[in-house]
Amino acid sequence: MSTAPPDPASGEPIIEVDSLVRYFGPQKVLDGVSFKVYAGDTFVIMGGSGCGKSTLLRHLIGTEKPTSGSIKIFGQNICSMHPDEMHKLRGRYGMLFQSGALLQSLTVAENVALPLQEHTPLDSGLIDTVVKMKLEQVGLTGHGHKKPSEISGGMKKRAALARALALDPPLVFSDEPTAGLDPIMTAVVDELTQRLTQKIGATVVVVTHDMNSVFRIGTRIIMLGTGPHQGRIIASGTPEEIRAHPDAAVQQFINGDPKGGGDDCAGETLYRDTLLGLKGTGTSLSSQP
Amino acid sequence: MTTAFRQYLDLCGSLLYWLFVAPCRGRGWRVGHTFAQIVRIGVHAVPMTSLTALTIGVVLAMQSAAQLAKMGATVFVPGLVSSSLVRELAPLVTAVIVIGRSGSAVTAELGTMKVSEEIEALEVMAISPMSWLVVPRFLAMVIMLPLLTVFSIYVGLAGGWLIGHFSLHMSTAYFVNHALHYVALRDVGISMLKSGVFGVLIVTIASSIGLNVSGGAEGVGLATTRSVVVCLLSVFIANALLTALFFF
Repeated sequence: MSTAPPDPASGEPIIEVDSLVRYFGPQKVLDGVSFKVYAGDTFVIMGGSGCGKSTLLRHLIGTEKPTSGSIKIFGQNICSMHPDEMHKLRGRYGMLFQSGALLQSLTVAENVALPLQEHTPLDSGLIDTVVKMKLEQVGLTGHGHKKPSEISGGMKKRAALARALALDPPLVFSDEPTAGLDPIMTAVVDELTQRLTQKIGATVVVVTHDMNSVFRIGTRIIMLGTGPHQGRIIASGTPEEIRAHPDAAVQQFINGDPKGGGDDCAGETLYRDTLLGLKGTGTSLSSQP
Repeated sequence: MTTAFRQYLDLCGSLLYWLFVAPCRGRGWRVGHTFAQIVRIGVHAVPMTSLTALTIGVVLAMQSAAQLAKMGATVFVPGLVSSSLVRELAPLVTAVIVIGRSGSAVTAELGTMKVSEEIEALEVMAISPMSWLVVPRFLAMVIMLPLLTVFSIYVGLAGGWLIGHFSLHMSTAYFVNHALHYVALRDVGISMLKSGVFGVLIVTIASSIGLNVSGGAEGVGLATTRSVVVCLLSVFIANALLTALFFF
């Protein structure tokens, strides 16, 4: 079950996003997104496919620049940051990519060792020990010598998680960490995420639409809208507040209901009427005998 | 086209920083990676370069002997083979081989890393893709292409000697003396300069196209084709300009 969120009054936010807007050509993908993430939070970003979750995450890690708005991480505005400063800041957070993004030319162990070799003065013996510990944490003991092409998708994801945690960063970003994992491994990854925040005090930002994970690990949640609310936050709060949210689209998403009620997720009937050109004509196929 | 050229200029600017400025700020070249690329780009290209250079030397000697024999001037075969190889053919043909072998591989490798988010993962780990991927390939290419060219010259001359010795009945000493007589040290220097310029063009174009791939597996395929075409055209144009500058 989710743990109690940290008290926002306890300190400065780790992440502060203000009025973030991003266009790709004429298409507005993010529309005035604002939120704060505090130390110890497990902050979940959820929403339907194409709502801009992964784009938002790419802005947070600094690989995309917004059209307007600002993003502060550890109090520093990354939108106007010098590359050298960004380089230093990146040493303070880890990122688990949706595909794992392991370097194919390196073994699993070499992938996990890479951040340690680059950013710490540890000798190779100590690095080997840390790598073994990290691989054990994610259930990959004995697989360190394998190339990423020799392991399954779920194992790749866990190896990527071990790499993201190699430096014990105070902030971890995670894009669909449980997608493609079996229920047991999903629970293992969720438990690891909880351990990160509870024992190490790390802050975790997770993009997911696995509802079990959302309510198991999330301490604060935002939901991005699609359709007419594309890229806007349509719900925000604690897991309990999200569960009780009055918005029909939020309830539809949480319950996985194909016949929901929100404007942006009106379900099968609206989709069918749109396809048949009946939307907005006052006629619906479902109303016909 | 404009976007691609801007991306190319961006890469060149960034490459200059990582080659000359970053080492002064404690972020040196990755020697291990550079040696690995030297082996891949240079050492592994030796068999293919040898075979190509040998056949070119043989063909050049046979063609020139056939024409010069009409004027009773086969004594000029060694000089024609050596000056053609040193001034034009060795640097150009070696560059074409390296484009086909290594230029395409650089684009395909970097492009695949781009579409599988590996480049982004490096950036997020605060590891510069320029420092990690491009600088070692650049150094390897700029070191190995001139060396492969020297090697091609020797093997090409050996090909010419095969025809001179066994078909035109020239002694080895006669062939070598005449071959050297028509080549100045300046010619060899310009040949090395050409190879260096070709190396810079090949690795920067291949890397720029590879790092800006989009569109998945299809995008990687298209980018690799584009890289080979652009590299070939650039090398041929640069060769014409350098020949006009130094030999015309």
